[in-house]
Amino acid sequence: MPGFDFSNYNRNAALHARGVPLPKATSTGTTIVGCVYDKGVVIAADTRATSGPIVADKNCEKLHYIAPKIWCAGAGTAADTEFTTALISSNVELHSLSTGRDPRVITCMTMLKQHLFRYQGHIGAYLVVAGVDPTGTGLYTVHAHGSTDKLPYVTMGSGSLAAMSVFESTWKPDLDRQGAIDICAEAIKAGIFNDLGSGSNVDVCVIEKDQPTQLLRNYMKPNERPQKERNYRFARGTTAWLDQRVISKEDMKKYVTIETLSGNDDLATGDSMEVDT
Amino acid sequence: MNHFPEAWGRPRNDVYGAYDHSYLQTTGPKAHTSSPAVTGTSVVGVKFNGGVAIATDNLASYGSLARFSDVKRLRTFGDKAIVGFGGDVSDMQYLDRLLASMDINENYSPRGNMLNAKNLHTYLAKVFYKRRSEFNPLWNHVLVAGFDGEGEPFLSSADLLGTTFSAPHLATGFGAHLAVPILRRKFPEGMPLEEISQEDAVQALKDCLKVLFYRDARSIDKYSIAVVTKDGIDLKEDEQIQGQSWAFAERIKGYGAQTV
Amino acid sequence: MTSLMGNQSRGETIGYSFSEPTSANVKQHSFYPYTDNGGSTLGITGSDFAILAGDTRSTSGYNINSRMVPKVFRIGGDDETGEGAQVLLSVVGFAADGNALKEKLDTMVKMYKYKHGKPMSVSACAQRLSTILYEKRFFPYYVHAILAGLDEEGVGALYSYDPVGSYEREQCRAAGAASSLIMPFLDNQVNFKNQYIPGSGAGHALEAVKAEPLPKDTVKQLVRDAFTSAVERHIEVGDGLQMMIITKEGIEEVFIPLKQD
Repeated sequence: MPGFDFSNYNRNAALHARGVPLPKATSTGTTIVGCVYDKGVVIAADTRATSGPIVADKNCEKLHYIAPKIWCAGAGTAADTEFTTALISSNVELHSLSTGRDPRVITCMTMLKQHLFRYQGHIGAYLVVAGVDPTGTGLYTVHAHGSTDKLPYVTMGSGSLAAMSVFESTWKPDLDRQGAIDICAEAIKAGIFNDLGSGSNVDVCVIEKDQPTQLLRNYMKPNERPQKERNYRFARGTTAWLDQRVISKEDMKKYVTIETLSGNDDLATGDSMEVDT
Repeated sequence: MNHFPEAWGRPRNDVYGAYDHSYLQTTGPKAHTSSPAVTGTSVVGVKFNGGVAIATDNLASYGSLARFSDVKRLRTFGDKAIVGFGGDVSDMQYLDRLLASMDINENYSPRGNMLNAKNLHTYLAKVFYKRRSEFNPLWNHVLVAGFDGEGEPFLSSADLLGTTFSAPHLATGFGAHLAVPILRRKFPEGMPLEEISQEDAVQALKDCLKVLFYRDARSIDKYSIAVVTKDGIDLKEDEQIQGQSWAFAERIKGYGAQTV
Repeated sequence: MTSLMGNQSRGETIGYSFSEPTSANVKQHSFYPYTDNGGSTLGITGSDFAILAGDTRSTSGYNINSRMVPKVFRIGGDDETGEGAQVLLSVVGFAADGNALKEKLDTMVKMYKYKHGKPMSVSACAQRLSTILYEKRFFPYYVHAILAGLDEEGVGALYSYDPVGSYEREQCRAAGAASSLIMPFLDNQVNFKNQYIPGSGAGHALEAVKAEPLPKDTVKQLVRDAFTSAVERHIEVGDGLQMMIITKEGIEEVFIPLKQD
């Protein structure tokens, strides 16, 4: 049967009722924003992933590919944003292949909201969907329960209020490309510096009609780590050990195939995969 | 179904838990304020060269009801200190009386009311901390603005738990989420106070109140604003947010496919 | 009328025959008198000094209250500036309790000096702090305190406490939000835990590196590295680092900026 496997649901609910805590998911306690401009749309995100108060990833990617001209910024449970966007990306491509047309942002948004509504909020994906299609530019937010919004500028995640304060105090209609990038980056920075769930760098994605989509990964790096004061290299032999065994290359050849590459090869490639062209 | 007819037709205890009779009880421990009733939302404040500016809107909400739209939430103390109240309005009025009696007492002393904003903040924080320790909190979050003992601009916060902190710019309630980022962007923490003019500070507060009116559902576009300088307090209590822009709304049609 | 905040999860539990019956007669008090203001502190001693350090961020939830709220205080000084103090105290946890605790200890140490005409010794101050904490055994000060000074021999002394007054003299201690990140680093770099002398033997005969008091400059570097690292991986730590170094010459205080994200 396709879809999720619920066979452990009852067992887990019973364990939870007896006080076993639920596993902690990595959440992208996040700032994500989007803003339309005269010829296209910009979305942006910070790059911090957290697990409770601990930073799980200092430079994660929260901008997800859906189609060449439709991209998605994700907040909420990291795995849910990842898998939901991958699933919808796949279905959008199949749909566009079957109709022979470029995919539309509204189609993608509708597929996302219907998928998320079906799971009644248990899929914790909070998304900003943006793109351009034959009907024009599209910018939407999709909440985990399936509700959507269409606005000229949007923010989501734990830093959404900090980011929204930037839009509400500096946004004006008829922005150009650089104006939209600037206001989005500024909004993300407001999230990075005012919301503890957001941090590190600014990622930006610019989608414009008749232009290749630009993913500006680490568009800004306002939080580079300072140099450490001391050197923490240990002298060889510092760590205690009780036993050692040396396995020679000859011994290993019994179990695996070993290929020695010439020293000046930059890239080591395995057997090349067959790809239909 | 079980063998107790009186339980038939009631939600199952093992599924929904036993019926909660506690709200009917007349005996037991003395009930204190355990949640606020009529409330005021954000207070925002910012220090500038030679003083402090502080503002609140004039709304008192009763849950989601906009109950009173002319409540003054800024209160002067002496001639160089001011308190902005967020949270429960009845507790605010209690503190107002408390401060009024203290002001009268101080004025009987030969040199008049010598307490500055820093002293007032320390006092309020201790009142809050004492009440929280008695499990009988005063449900407020306040900002105190004025001058410290050295005559430097002073702005500090105290809340129902007795937690205190100070910064060049502060905001309570929804303002902590929406107004503080605006103020930190305009006046970064490292910026010397000499570079912040009174006009810039007041304008920034007005911008904050506008954004709060846009996005805080418990706010209103009528506000009070006070500026404390060496010359005294300039308090305006019946202001209206100017220059609202709802231009973005024109292009919004529906939440998805709708185009007309 | 207004929604009750906080513990409401009880009504949500799924019913099973084995589920615990919910006690209906107990009225839940929705006022919770504590909050966590985040941040981290750490203390390290040497042969003639003690260092207490803390970050200067104050948080509530995902918000930064302020980027400049010191956590390390001079105790028993002559005036508001703390001039003449011979003891340092750091508090981390619930800031309002921390402040109340600091003021109480400060008063006690001052009273001692006025009554006896001599400053309180660090060991006596440490014992007094323990009793202050235990006095509130059933409504504790929600703080992790560290006390530092110089003992009768002039050697750096450091005492760490749990919220209800259990205390111990140590070489080094990290407390607060990032303590679980910093403490293993301190174990390894100050007490040389898990470090052995290369080539000193094999297996269990291997000789451990012996811990010795570190020079002041090394300790300062360790403190800075501990905090810049904690800032990288803990969201509640950042903005600024406050360091107080107590020697027989007096107390030196330094502030160093940390990342603000």
